[in-house]
Amino acid sequence: MIAYPARRIAIAIVTLVLASIVVFTMLEIVPGDPARIMLGMNASAEQVAQLRHQMGLDAPLLLRYLHWTGGLLKLDFGQSYTYSVPVIDLVAERMAVSLPLALIALALSTIIAIPVGLYSASRRGGTGDTIAMGTAQLGVAVPNFWFALLLIYLFAVWLHWVPAGGFPGWDAGIGLALKSLALPALALALPQAAILARVARSALIEVLSEDYIRTARAKGIPRRAVLWRHALRNAMIPVLTIMGLQFAFLLAGTIIIENVFYLPGLGRLVFQAINQRDLIVVKSVVMLLVAIVIVVNLLVDLSYALVDPRLRGRP
Amino acid sequence: MTLHASLLGDRSASLLRRALSNRSFVIGLVIAVAVAAVALISYVWTPYDVTRLVIADRTRPPSLAHWFGTDHFGRDILSMIMVGARNSIAVALVAVGIGMGIGVPLGCLAAARGGMLDEAVMRLNDLVFAFPALLSAIMITAVFGPGALNAIIAIGIFNIPVFARVARAGALSIWPREFILAARTAGKGKILITIEHILPNIATLLLVQGSIQFALGILAEAGLSYVGLGAQPPMPSWGRMLFDAQTRMTVAPWMAMFPGMAIAITVLGFNLLGDGLADILDPRSRRRQ
Repeated sequence: MIAYPARRIAIAIVTLVLASIVVFTMLEIVPGDPARIMLGMNASAEQVAQLRHQMGLDAPLLLRYLHWTGGLLKLDFGQSYTYSVPVIDLVAERMAVSLPLALIALALSTIIAIPVGLYSASRRGGTGDTIAMGTAQLGVAVPNFWFALLLIYLFAVWLHWVPAGGFPGWDAGIGLALKSLALPALALALPQAAILARVARSALIEVLSEDYIRTARAKGIPRRAVLWRHALRNAMIPVLTIMGLQFAFLLAGTIIIENVFYLPGLGRLVFQAINQRDLIVVKSVVMLLVAIVIVVNLLVDLSYALVDPRLRGRP
Repeated sequence: MTLHASLLGDRSASLLRRALSNRSFVIGLVIAVAVAAVALISYVWTPYDVTRLVIADRTRPPSLAHWFGTDHFGRDILSMIMVGARNSIAVALVAVGIGMGIGVPLGCLAAARGGMLDEAVMRLNDLVFAFPALLSAIMITAVFGPGALNAIIAIGIFNIPVFARVARAGALSIWPREFILAARTAGKGKILITIEHILPNIATLLLVQGSIQFALGILAEAGLSYVGLGAQPPMPSWGRMLFDAQTRMTVAPWMAMFPGMAIAITVLGFNLLGDGLADILDPRSRRRQ
């Protein structure tokens, strides 16, 4: 019972530690001294040295790594070089845009994809299936930021239903905030829905050829009930795997989509931080996103055991 | 020998027949060849010079003179798409090459040796998978600055675990087979067996994955150059063209239309090619037919 989850959690922790080493090392070798950049070119060497000491930049490499990761564990991401506020505050503020955006997109893509997958699988080879899968094939190929531009053109420029970009903040009212997240979420969701629908369809087709499905039908259970209750549940493993991967893609995808819609999320924060050489912010945000990816994939793997009891005892 | 040759001839003939009757494969192949041809033609001929700015002709709608219209500098969009195809193909191709070149040996090695080495390779995979391509591209850009080369590296690194997994899974399914046992009894080493027997047997799997990763590479490159992390101006790239189009959507929607369609059609083509190949080469679908 315990072996599989314990092993999976141990792997996730190892991956997290390795990832933190990669992120730390990558941004250690960045050219340019943050203290020099903060103080400008006119600062004396003495001033720079003093600031370096204050920022802890003169400490040995290993010590700085331990200090950084120790801070991460306590949710202390350090101080932004350019904004002079704790990075965690910046991240929390931006997360309030990026996280709802990714979650809404994930929900949207699931709501669209599962019924389409079910429909296609149950009418395999028919006209409806061909049209649905043709559309899905197209949806996979369309870059989400281009799709976003088309949505802006249609719904913002032409129909004036929603704003073309920007975010009023959650304080302006949930309705207004959601309205400005509608197009970005749709742009993120549709290509992912196309992928998910294809995966759901093929997983369902595999399941539908199983003996227990025939047995269930033979027992007189209506087709629809067999599809939803028996087939879908057993097709969930590949679907969940893809959803886990997609959440990572969606979070990273928000980086581009936020730029299309001028949303003040994590993605824009990262870009601004790169341009301003605010490396502590880049380091922290990248690490945070990577940690989210690792944890989500861990949760997906652990949830297999819930969906498929046979996996519970697996070492 | 002759019997062997004629059997082989029959096999390839039936493979060809299957290929030509597979709709996905045929459409995908036609698109892929067309895109490659456009990129090659752009080396010797484009309707207009993409480096020449003609301000008097800026943001002209599609016409007989400029089929896809012109951009905000008066450059011919068709010509830019043709030249941009080179960049997209080159980035995606090299990125797939990096992924295959490093991932396949890693995957084969993991399958051949097993044990600690297998574990280490798989953990390395987990690590790379934790960095979405865009994120690693951002990090690489933060360190080395933006550019087509860094886009290639970022996408290529992301491809490594993909190919490592496919190669490992494929190799693991071949190792228990009898002809491998025969080769081992004949005294062949694991590396030689991998090269002589495993690789030819997983080549089709790798080809299918290569086609899919190529399509993903085109998308990723477009995304990166859209946010300014890919190819730098004046080198035309499809993603960059979309970035330029964004603020001019109301006055020149064609600036966004055609580069986007170029990306979508190319990606569609290579995805169809991959799907078609998988269908043709997968013995299970062969039985269904």
